[in-house]
Amino acid sequence: MMYDFFVDLFGSSTLAGIISGLIQAFLPLFTFILPFALFAVWLERKVSAHMQDRLGPMRVGWHGWKQTIADILKLIQKEDIVAKDNDKLLFNIAPVLTFAGSYAAFAAIPFSGYFIGTELDLGVFYIVAVTGLVVAGILMAGWASNNKYSLLGSMRSVAQIVSYEIPTMLVLLSLVMISGTMSLHTLSEMQTGYIWNWFILGGPGFTLSKFLLIPLMFTGFLIIYISTLAEVNRTPFDIPEAESELVSGYHTEYSGMKFAMFFLAEYANMFAVSAIVAAVFFGGYQSPFGYLGNLVGAEWLIPVEQFFWFTAKGLFFVFVQMWLRWTLPRLRVDQLMTTSWKYLIPIAFVNLILIGLITLL
Amino acid sequence: MREYFGNIFTALSTIFVGMKITFKHMFVPAVTIQYPEVKPELPERERNRLYVNIDDCIGCDQCSRACPVSCISIETTKAIPGEDLGKTSNGKKKALWVTNFTIDFAKCCYCQLCVFPCPTECIYMTDVYEFAEYKRENLLYDFVNLTHDERQQKRDNLAKFNAEKEAEKLKAASEPKPEIKKDQPEEK
Amino acid sequence: MSQDLTKNTKVSSQSSKIRTEEMILNMGPQHPSTHGVLRLELGLEGEIVTKVIPHIGYLHRCFEKHCEAMTYPQVVPYTDRMDYLASMGNEFGYAVAMEKLLGIEVPQRVEYIRVIMAELQRIASHLVALGTYGADIGAFTPFLFCFIDREKILHLFEITCGARLLYNYIWVGGLSHDIHPDFVRKTREFIKEFRPNLKEINDLLTHNRIFIDRTANVGVLPIETAINFGVSGPNLRGSGMKWDIRRDDPYSVYSKLDFDIPVGKGTYGTTGDSWDRYFVRVLEMEESCKIIEQALDQLPEGDVTSAIPKRIKPNVGHVYGRVENPRGELGYFIVSDGSTSPYRVKVRPPSFVTLQIMDEICKGYMVADVVTILGSLDIVLGEIDR
Repeated sequence: MMYDFFVDLFGSSTLAGIISGLIQAFLPLFTFILPFALFAVWLERKVSAHMQDRLGPMRVGWHGWKQTIADILKLIQKEDIVAKDNDKLLFNIAPVLTFAGSYAAFAAIPFSGYFIGTELDLGVFYIVAVTGLVVAGILMAGWASNNKYSLLGSMRSVAQIVSYEIPTMLVLLSLVMISGTMSLHTLSEMQTGYIWNWFILGGPGFTLSKFLLIPLMFTGFLIIYISTLAEVNRTPFDIPEAESELVSGYHTEYSGMKFAMFFLAEYANMFAVSAIVAAVFFGGYQSPFGYLGNLVGAEWLIPVEQFFWFTAKGLFFVFVQMWLRWTLPRLRVDQLMTTSWKYLIPIAFVNLILIGLITLL
Repeated sequence: MREYFGNIFTALSTIFVGMKITFKHMFVPAVTIQYPEVKPELPERERNRLYVNIDDCIGCDQCSRACPVSCISIETTKAIPGEDLGKTSNGKKKALWVTNFTIDFAKCCYCQLCVFPCPTECIYMTDVYEFAEYKRENLLYDFVNLTHDERQQKRDNLAKFNAEKEAEKLKAASEPKPEIKKDQPEEK
Repeated sequence: MSQDLTKNTKVSSQSSKIRTEEMILNMGPQHPSTHGVLRLELGLEGEIVTKVIPHIGYLHRCFEKHCEAMTYPQVVPYTDRMDYLASMGNEFGYAVAMEKLLGIEVPQRVEYIRVIMAELQRIASHLVALGTYGADIGAFTPFLFCFIDREKILHLFEITCGARLLYNYIWVGGLSHDIHPDFVRKTREFIKEFRPNLKEINDLLTHNRIFIDRTANVGVLPIETAINFGVSGPNLRGSGMKWDIRRDDPYSVYSKLDFDIPVGKGTYGTTGDSWDRYFVRVLEMEESCKIIEQALDQLPEGDVTSAIPKRIKPNVGHVYGRVENPRGELGYFIVSDGSTSPYRVKVRPPSFVTLQIMDEICKGYMVADVVTILGSLDIVLGEIDR
């Protein structure tokens, strides 16, 4: 639609293609991710404050909702320090790569029935692969900082992300086995109906396998939630960014806007993984109990409602991530690795095998 | 094996217990007050900035001697006879002009040791705590309300009086002493 | 002084065959765990710590030299400022030592009020220790819960003497003010609210599996080492030794009060690890609540300023007086030459002795554990450097 409009306007299909492509690339960024990141920072500060019996930001706007904007403005006008011995190219590219990795995952996430970035048949595979870019970005940041602490911090972070990708993949694989498709859009569509059709409760249809699957699905959900927590470096797995080796890990040497990009990337990543968990286990954009649009007879209302449900589920999981951050202490590095390799991976394997057996029924 | 599952179970259960507590606390009203608009209520014995009621001060120097950081400096001048300085609020008659009473609040440690020895209770701690200054010199508080000329006048008065007394003494010493008659009985 | 955190590599080629490289890591004067300004020089072999050398003196304020120029009552505000988190304990120690030197007896009311203040101060100090320890480990919420309770205690102190942190309340021979009429009622209310809060902090932090994994079996202090170094207080009791000056060398009215001495038992690991030291502090807070309730019940009437001498001029001599501070045994050695000003005041701070064992108990652990161990020892640089 947009493409045709530009072809009419400019008369040249390549130019129209470029412009509509650019708009399609930037639109979700500016209308969804950036506002979401600003909102998420504010939410985190308010949630943490109320959990600790205090108030949080209160002055800049009603209950401080403009506080993040003020912080971003402050960060933009800060001096961008690049030390003499830093590897300039890598230093400058690292935050961009980290952000790009988490942003690219948004392409395959179904926001609503009618709006999805790209209808990928390999949705799940693509997402897991592209979040690996984050690893490259972090390594670059640590190396280019020319600081032994940053290097160690970033190596630990890389080890953490890589080890926790395995349980994620195993659980997603088990889900692919049940549903037979890798596309997130189709996975969400399969969970139409009501809340009992969601995969967390066994999946669509009323067969014996559905009831057998329920405990396995719960275990899978727990495993994937914990692993994705580790992938976004949140407490209890935040050794890379909080006082690791007594300084702030791989983003010590960054100042100003680049630092802001790391943080934006973290919050965008948080939403991306929450969205994936919601899409796979909790019905994506499906509502748990019918659509208002269907009831009233307004067909156009349904995509809006679906978008609302999707964002609500994503926000809920983001809230649980914040909740966990302010409750739990931090794990030490070797305990982090033990949790992944000795606990999560064996359980995920057993899960996979059992689910495979059940699908044979 | 049993330890393995035990670990998982205790980990998950303690995490859930912790989460329940923080969730409950989200609905407890906040304990912070929004400071410049809402100020805390201070108790009556609060120890903040000192105040000196200079009309009651008799210049005894007790507070200055009690201070552990020597932040009070007092300079007094004796009054010449005939001058009436008035009484303090609890009836004591003042005999000294206080020409200099400064407290350096940059040094004061708010320990309250100067309040106890004062015989007229003219120095006491108020509850004022918002008195920050940009320059350190502005924290040197001067409590005497005589002008600079008036203080100098008091000192000059005393110096003149003393000089006059000295002159009289010298005159009396240089005059011939009267003879004492030896056959007069000594009177008690 | 340099605050940079770069590492130096020292290559020693003494033994010609083997080239050993020891890395020196500087945990600089300012570091995220807020124990004051302390510089720890760590010798590392890879990740494992081989030696720890503490460098102190960044907070030295010449307390002992100042005392030689002050009169005896003027020393009290200075003693407050040594261990600023437990000021009542410092003043109490000075008062106990001076009253021994002068040979005066204070009224019973004064003794009971001093005990109540000291125990309230113990709770406040332990709350800071627990809160900051949790924050070092990564749990940020218990820190704030602890400080909410601490605010209530500081309010109690504020209505009594007017200050929240540095009181100048316990004087030689008595107290500066009698307690406020509302004090007893408010203290009882506080204790009633505090016990459920303590249980909540326990649920949130003490028995949390992740916290236990971080602190159990870390920094084990064997009991002989502790005794040999002269460690006292919760650190010694965490290793299993039941030694408390309030019970073994009683001063004031502690002999009339009934309380228990908690020791570490190695519940989740070895006896004497960081978890034990931490848990001893939690249990001590409960015991302090018991002491305060008993003291409030037994509080007699009287005049708190009647025994304060007009001029303190002791005979020539010297005295050593000690009290049980929240961090251990605080001792004052006072030498008097017959004038109104002491000849020498020497303080034996508990944290100074405790800091010495860092080298012993940190060997063989990882760098992240050094922070854990330092937090469990609960030192305050104010009293180490004086």
